[in-house]
Formats: sequence, structure tokens, C-alpha cells
Amino acid sequence: MSRQGLFDAYRVSQVRVENDRTRTLVFESPLPESYPGQYVMAWLPGIGEKPFSISGNDPLALTVADVGPVSHALSLVRPGERVWMRGPLGKGYELISQSHLLVGGGYGAAPLSLLARQARTIGHSVTVVLGAKTRDDLMMVAAFEELGCAIYLTTEDGSAGVRGLVTDVIEQACMEQHQGCIYACGPTGMLTAVGKAAQLLELPAQLSFEALIRCGVGLCGSCELPEDLCLTLGISPGFLVCHDGPVARVN
Amino acid sequence: MAGLAADFLNLHLKNPLVLASGILGTSPSLMARCALAGAGGITSKSCGPEPRAGHDNPVALAWQGGVINAIGLTNPGAQEEVSLLHETRDRLKTLGVPLFASIFAPTLEQFGEVARVIADAEPNLIEVNISCPNVASEFGTPFSATAEMAAAVTREVRRAVSLPISIKLAPNVPMIGDLTHAVAEEGADAITAVNTMPAMLIDAYAGRPVLKNRTGGLSGPALKPIALRCVAEIASRVSLPIIGTGGVSTGIDAAEMIMAGATLVGVGSAVWEDGPAVFARIANELTGFMVETGYSQLGEMRGRAMR
Ligand SMILES: Cc1cc2nc3c(=O)[nH]c(=O)nc-3n(C[C@H](O)[C@H](O)[C@H](O)COP(=O)(O)OP(=O)(O)OC[C@H]3O[C@@H](n4cnc5c(N)ncnc54)[C@H](O)[C@@H]3O)c2cc1C
Ligand SMILES: Cc1cc2nc3c(=O)[nH]c(=O)nc-3n(C[C@H](O)[C@H](O)[C@H](O)COP(=O)(O)O)c2cc1C
Ligand code: FES
Repeated sequence: MSRQGLFDAYRVSQVRVENDRTRTLVFESPLPESYPGQYVMAWLPGIGEKPFSISGNDPLALTVADVGPVSHALSLVRPGERVWMRGPLGKGYELISQSHLLVGGGYGAAPLSLLARQARTIGHSVTVVLGAKTRDDLMMVAAFEELGCAIYLTTEDGSAGVRGLVTDVIEQACMEQHQGCIYACGPTGMLTAVGKAAQLLELPAQLSFEALIRCGVGLCGSCELPEDLCLTLGISPGFLVCHDGPVARVN
Repeated sequence: MAGLAADFLNLHLKNPLVLASGILGTSPSLMARCALAGAGGITSKSCGPEPRAGHDNPVALAWQGGVINAIGLTNPGAQEEVSLLHETRDRLKTLGVPLFASIFAPTLEQFGEVARVIADAEPNLIEVNISCPNVASEFGTPFSATAEMAAAVTREVRRAVSLPISIKLAPNVPMIGDLTHAVAEEGADAITAVNTMPAMLIDAYAGRPVLKNRTGGLSGPALKPIALRCVAEIASRVSLPIIGTGGVSTGIDAAEMIMAGATLVGVGSAVWEDGPAVFARIANELTGFMVETGYSQLGEMRGRAMR
């Protein structure tokens, strides 16, 4: 068995503020052989261990929203301090076709920013739909702009972009540019809606799900996607977010 | 042509490979997935009297020698489990795969109670887990520690249900043969050996154990030689069929387990590498080994290394 299962200590080199409650931790070294959509289990000894999608791999970067004990402790980590990682874990996104629609809710923007970078580096066209509750909750808009992505914004209160949900603009984004595949990351409700929209548009979609990840190696069963959700989206039942995912392919 | 068919108690399995308890045995869909992927039998995650969330992360790690875990017996409690097992049993039946339901309890009396509740789901066997190493701080010394306690649990469960029962033993006991003999005397129908080996990993840079629970159970390749020795010793003392479990990740490993005396072969940690597809791979490798070496049935290998 490889080192994949054990922890390596990574030292933080820089902390970037993304919004009120979200920080990106940039580390000193790369995460070898990792790709967009994969995650690491980040461990702070004595505090806890949680999964985080990689938002950069060379050097490693994690984008953390402060919502509870572990994420709070991570957002207090300063340059020079260490975080322990095991990974990369799971199966990430795979770029298919040449033109891509990325859909992110909340910190879902983080893994998608790495995917956008990969696609733009090889000259593919990328459209991004970012959704949040309010203007202040939106994040990484500038990063996607710098990469040369076409951007659509939605907010639930209408303080920026279109008032509503990401799914309200997906169809329009697809009409304006010919999209080959939809790649999404965000809360389960959003992913379900995006998956259904993709079915109507007859586009393949790659959806990155969250679940309670415990072992992270496909043994304990705690991260299984509910069977009814699998059946709704045409994912084969018994899907393990930690090992078969987090990215599930539909259509 | 080499055949993998395995007779175990009154059951007929298409191959001897059984999903070990605690690995993906948490829902009907996951257990059906493992059966579809080629497991000959399925064991559910151990279930106790009350719902349990289990320990906090980190709860499991893969390292060079295999896996170490302290999941902490996460389960929905016996009442909820019965309906999951009902559903699972129906799905597995259509696939021709038997269901073994694993139970545990903190006290002697509760072993009987949980067994009685779970029996309602009519699993093909109840596997009695007296050997989880990860709950000692709450439940005290596991019942697998002495022949007297192991026998007492067996008696309690035997009295509670008429379904076949297998007692799941720990590797870290001084005289596993004597212990098994005591369990057999109380009416066990089979033995599952072994559970994980109590162990600890320390991260030197962090200066502390990596598991939140500090200690955990070791499984996978590092456990195999220990499991082979236990199975061989048990087979030499009792004539009960054995579900030999510990570190099996290839067809050759499975052959070794059968040659030590096992009738069925548990597979747990190996699921980490290939997912449930591991069952078809191990079955193919076992067939390949039998063809190569001239065995036509599993029975010809059983206990061979000890004769
Ligand atoms: C594959 C995967 C990738 C992930 N990637 C990231 C990532 O890139 N960045 C990141 O910040 N988190 C990510 N998460 C979530 C992360 O693992 C933790 O669940 C989260 O940080 C909360 O952990 P906690 O211990 O701080 O708080 P907990 O005690 O676990 O949670 C506190 C409360 O916050 C709620 N909560 C959890 N997430 C959110 C949220 N986003 N917004 C509002 N409430 C929430 C929980 O339901 C709970 O009620 C990912 C999860 C998975 C499964
Ligand atoms: C993550 C994990 C969880 C486990 N949970 C249980 C359990 O609930 N009940 C049980 O009897 N054994 C449990 N075990 C032990 C296995 O069933 C098996 O006996 C042990 O892992 C040795 O087999 P292996 O080397 O093939 O994994 C667990 C093992 C692992 C790795
Ligand atoms: S977290 Fe254990 S199987 Fe996915």
C-alpha cells in the first residue's frame, strides 16, 4: 500500500481571504499526482480531521469556510504553521470535450477554480456560473476573470448578478455558448437541480457531492449517497463519495 | 474444471469469499453492490442495542501493512437494523447470496436481547462479535478475552435464538484453541476468526497517536500470518466450520486460509484497493491457483497445511 493512507505535514506559506468566513490556505509544497475534484483529509492533531477539496495542487491550496470546530481551527492557521494531510483521495473531474460549463455554489467555487485553470492552460473555453446567498458570499470571481472565463453570477437576494439560483441561468449559459459538459460543486440540493437540468439539456454532467466522510478509503460505508438520490440522477446505487467520488458522472 | 462452490452449515455458496463485518455492511444497497460484485456471502456491520455514532476522526488509516481503524461500532441500533436487514435479505436472496447478521452488546443479557430482535429479519446466520478492540474504554474488556466469558455469551445467544450462530474471536488471546472448545461446548455452529489486532500508530512529527481513539484494530496484510495461526489452531481443536478472516487480498491468500482449515474466507480491508470488484478478482485468482496446482474442489485444500 502506498503512502496515500498516512499523514504528511504541510506548512502554510500564505493565507488569502476569499470572503467573510472563507480563507484559502496556500502551502509551501505541491500535492503530487493530484487533479481537480480530488480531496485531502486535513488533520489538526488534537482537534480533528475533515475532507477538503483541493483548490490548488502546485503548491497545494485548500479553501476553507469557517462553519464548525475543525474548519474554524483551520481558518486560524497562520503562515509557518502546519496541517497534516492524507491524500489525494477519491476521483475528481475529467475534462471531456473542448468547451466547459462550471457551476459552483458557495465554496464549490474552490475546486472549480483549479479545474478552470487546467482547462484554460490547454486552451479550452470555460464558462462559469457562481451562485451565493448575497454579493458578499460570492468568491473567487476575480480569479475566474483572470483566467479568461465567461462569468454568470446569481445571488438569492439579487445583490449581484441575476436574482435567483444557479439553475436559473444554466440554460441561458448553454444557449450562448455550445457546452460539452457541466461540472458542478456545491450543496446537494443544487447538485440535484443541476443534474436534472443537464438531463433536460441532454448534456453529460460531473457533480461533486459532500457526505459524512469518516474512513476516506471506501471501507466504513458512512459516505454512501442516498439510494433515492442515486436513482433520481442515474448514479449506480451504493455510490461511495469518498472512493467512487466525490465526483459522480451522470448522463 | 476447478469449482469454488462452498458448503457451509446448511448453506450453499457460489464461492467461499464473504464480505467481513464492518466493511460496507451498512445498507441494503451497499450489501447488494458487494453481492453483485461477486461476494459469495455478506456480513452486515455489527449492530448493538442502541444507536451509536462511533468515534471522532481520524477513525481509519491505510498504512504500509494494511489498515488500522477505530470506527467505534457505528450503528443505527437493533430496532432500525431489523428493517435494513429484512430489505437486504430479500435483495440478496434474489442473487442467491446468504446474509450473516453481526451483533454486539455491552452486557451478557443484552447479547441475548439483540440476537432476539435481529432474528426477526431471518438472516442465514447470526455472527456474534465479542471481539471489537475499540470500545474497551466504554464496555470494558472484550468478552473474547477469556474462555469463560466467551462461553457465557455463546450460551446466552444460543438460548435466545434457534438460527445458526458463529462466534467471532479476537487474535490476541493466549489459548485460542481452548477458548474455541468452550464456545463449541455451548452450542456455537461456526467460528469466525479473527477480528482486528489491537494496535497503535504514532505520527512522530505530530508527537501523538494518529487515531482520535489513540488505539485501533489492525487488519490487512500485517494480520494474515496471525490469522492463519489462529485458524489452524482452532481447526485442530474443534470440527466446527470456520470463516477464516484476516489479511486476505489475493486468491493465494484465500487458498492459504483454506489450507489452514477455513471453510469460508472473510475479506475486509482488501476492499480498500479495488472497491467491491476485489471479490471477482480474488475468486478468479483462486480458480487460477486451483487449476494450476490441480485442485478440483475447495475441500481438497481444506486443512491440508496442517496434516
Ligand atoms: C469531498 C468533500 C469536500 C469538501 N471540501 C470542502 C472545501 O473545499 N471547503 C470547505 O470549507 N469545506 C469542504 N467540505 C466540508 C468539510 O469537510 C466540513 O464538513 C466542514 O468544514 C465542517 O466541518 P467542521 O468540523 O468545521 O464543522 P461541523 O461540526 O462538521 O459542521 C458544523 C455545522 O455546519 C454545517 N455545515 C457544513 N458545511 C457547511 C457549509 N458549507 N455551509 C454552511 N454550513 C455548513 C454542518 O452541517 C454542521 O451543522 C468538504 C466535504 C467533503 C465531503
Ligand atoms: C473499517 C473496519 C471496520 C470493522 N468493523 C467491524 C465490525 O463492526 N464488526 C466486526 O466483527 N468486525 C469488524 N471489523 C473487522 C473485520 O470484520 C475483520 O475481522 C478484520 O478487518 C480482518 O480482516 P481483513 O484483514 O480482511 O480486514 C472491521 C474492520 C475494519 C477494517
Ligand atoms: S468514508 Fe468510509 S466508506 Fe467513505
